[in-house]
Amino acid sequence: MRFLPLVAANLLRKKARTLLTAASFAVALFLFCLLVTIRAAFNQGIDAAGADRIFVTNRTSLIQPLPLAYRDQILKLPGVEAVTYANWFGGVYQDPKNFFPQFAIDKDTYRDMYREFRIDDAAWREFLSDRTAAIAGAALAERFGWKVGDRVPIQGTIFTGEWNFHLVGIYEGSKPTDDLTQFWFRSDYLLENLPEGYPDGLIGWYAVRIAPDADLVEVCKRIDERFANSAWETRAQSEKALAASFVKQMGNIETLMLAVGAVVVFTLLLVTGNTMAGAVRERTAELAVLKAIGYGDRFVLGLVLAESLGIALLGGVAGTAFAKAFTLGGDPTGGLLPVFYLPDGGAVAALFLALGVGFAAGLAPALQAARLDVATALRRL
Amino acid sequence: MARVGSTARSEALICLRGVAKGYRRGSEDLHVLTDVNLDVERGEFVALMGPSGSGKSTLLNLIGGLDVPTAGTIRVAGDAITALSRARLTAWRARHVGFVFQMYNLIPVLSAFRNVELPLLLLPLSKADRRERVATALRVVGLADRLDHKPRELSGGQQQRVAIARAIVADPTFLLCDEPTGDLDRHSADEILEMLHHLVAEFGKTVLMVTHDPRAAARAQVTFHLDKGELS
Repeated sequence: MRFLPLVAANLLRKKARTLLTAASFAVALFLFCLLVTIRAAFNQGIDAAGADRIFVTNRTSLIQPLPLAYRDQILKLPGVEAVTYANWFGGVYQDPKNFFPQFAIDKDTYRDMYREFRIDDAAWREFLSDRTAAIAGAALAERFGWKVGDRVPIQGTIFTGEWNFHLVGIYEGSKPTDDLTQFWFRSDYLLENLPEGYPDGLIGWYAVRIAPDADLVEVCKRIDERFANSAWETRAQSEKALAASFVKQMGNIETLMLAVGAVVVFTLLLVTGNTMAGAVRERTAELAVLKAIGYGDRFVLGLVLAESLGIALLGGVAGTAFAKAFTLGGDPTGGLLPVFYLPDGGAVAALFLALGVGFAAGLAPALQAARLDVATALRRL
Repeated sequence: MARVGSTARSEALICLRGVAKGYRRGSEDLHVLTDVNLDVERGEFVALMGPSGSGKSTLLNLIGGLDVPTAGTIRVAGDAITALSRARLTAWRARHVGFVFQMYNLIPVLSAFRNVELPLLLLPLSKADRRERVATALRVVGLADRLDHKPRELSGGQQQRVAIARAIVADPTFLLCDEPTGDLDRHSADEILEMLHHLVAEFGKTVLMVTHDPRAAARAQVTFHLDKGELS
C-alpha cells in the first residue's frame, strides 16, 4: 500500500496516454462483453430448455403440423407424464417490423408444462374464462407499453385477418435466461376461428414432460415408433437438442466469437505493450535511480507490472460496466435476441481477460526494467 | 586522514585494495581502473578529480555497490561488498549509501516530500516516523517550506538540495556525490558545497565527491586525482 502513490503518480504522469490506453481497453472489453452477450442470447434456448421435456414436431419439418388426436396417444406411452401443445401464429402488431413469437396454447396443460414462467393465479383464472384472453411476457409488454386490460390487435400472416386479444396477464421468468418476449393466447380460440380453407384439428407441436425415472432417449424413440409409417410421422427430441439445432442453423457463432476475441486481445497486447515499453524507455533514468537507492529488481518488475495492470483494470472495469449498462436496456434488435443480458460469468471473464492482457503486455517492459544495469544506465544520463 | 596506498588500516570506513575495472568493447579490452588502493575514514570529505574518462564515476560506482570490480576487494564498514550478490548489494545500498547525482534525478511526478520519502519506504517505519524524518531532512537542507512542490517548481539548486535530503534521510553510512555542482550556477554550487561541508562538520557524515571543479574540490578535506585509471 505504501507504494501506491508511486504507482498512481506514474499512471498520471501522462494523463492523456493513460486515458487513451485505458479507453482502448474499455472499447475492446465492451466489444468482448457484447460478443458474450450475443453468444448467451443465441444459446439461451439451450440454457432455458427443460432437461425433462421433449419437443415433438412433424418429421418433415418444424412448420408442418401434427394431428391434435396424437395428444391422447402420446399421453398413454410409458414414461410420459404430461403433454401440451401449441401453434405458431406468426402475426405482427401494428407494423410488420413488430415481430415477436405468438403461441396459441392449450389452456388446460401449458402452464403446468412450463412451470418456470410465473403467472398470477387471478390472471390465469381470467385466461381460462375469456376465449380472447392473452398473456404477454414482461419484456414484450414493456416493449409496447402494454398493461393488463389492454386490447391487443394482431394482424395474422399465416392465419389471415385481424385477431383481437384481451391482455389479462403478464408473465415473469424464474431465471435470467427465460424468454419474456412471448405472447400466448388460447388454442381453442384459434381452432374455432380458422379462416376458410384451413384444415381443422391440427396443431404445431407437442411438448412432453417425461416421468422422473424415465429415459428421455427411450421415450423419444417410443413416440417416433408409435407414429412411424403414418401420414403424420413425428420427430421427438429433447428441448435442449432442438434449441442447439437452432443455434447451429445460425452458423458457428463460437468460432466467429473466438476469432473476433483473438483479434481484440492481440490488438490490445500491441497497444498496451507499446505504451508500457515507451513508458519504461522514457523513465530509464528514474528506474536506474530507484535501483541505485535500494529498490530491487523485483520491485521494479512489480512497479511496471502494477502500472500495466492498473491501466488494464481501469479500462476493463469501464468497458465491462458500460456493456452491463448497455445490456440492461434489453434487446437492441427489436426481437431477434429476446434474452439479451450479460451473464455474471461473462463480466468476470472480461475482467480476467483485461488483467491477463495487462499482465502479458507489461511483462516484457517490466522484465526489461528489472534487468536494467544501474551503472550502465547512469553512465548514459 | 584518507590516503591512497596498499597498507591496510583497520579503522578506515572505506577500504579498497587492488581494485581494477575493465570493459570489453568489441575486440578491445579497456582498463578503466588499475590497482586502486584507497582508505577513507569516517567523517571525512574526500574529493576525486581527474579528466573526463579517467574513471572517476566508475570508481564511485564501485564504492557505491552499483558495479563490481574485475579484480580486488572493497570493504565498507567491515562488509566486503565485492562478495555480495546483486540482490544483497541492492539491500546494502539502501542501508549504507546516499547518492547525489549531477542531474539531481528526482522523480518529476512526485513532490519534494515524496521524493525524499522514497528511501524510507524500504524501511520498516510507520507513516508518522517517515513524515518526521522527511521533514527533518528537508529542514536540514533549508526546504521545509517546499514539501509539496514538484521538481519543476524548484530551481536547480533547490532540486539538488532535495536530492541531498533524499540521500541523507535514511541516515546512510556515507554519501557519494557525482559532480553535484556540475549543473549549477556558481551561487547555487557554493550553497550545495556549503551544505555538504555542513553535513560533514555538524553531522559527522562521510562524503566522497567526484568533481571537475577545483573550487569544489577545495572545500574537501582531501583531494585525490585519477588519471588513466590510477589514483594519486
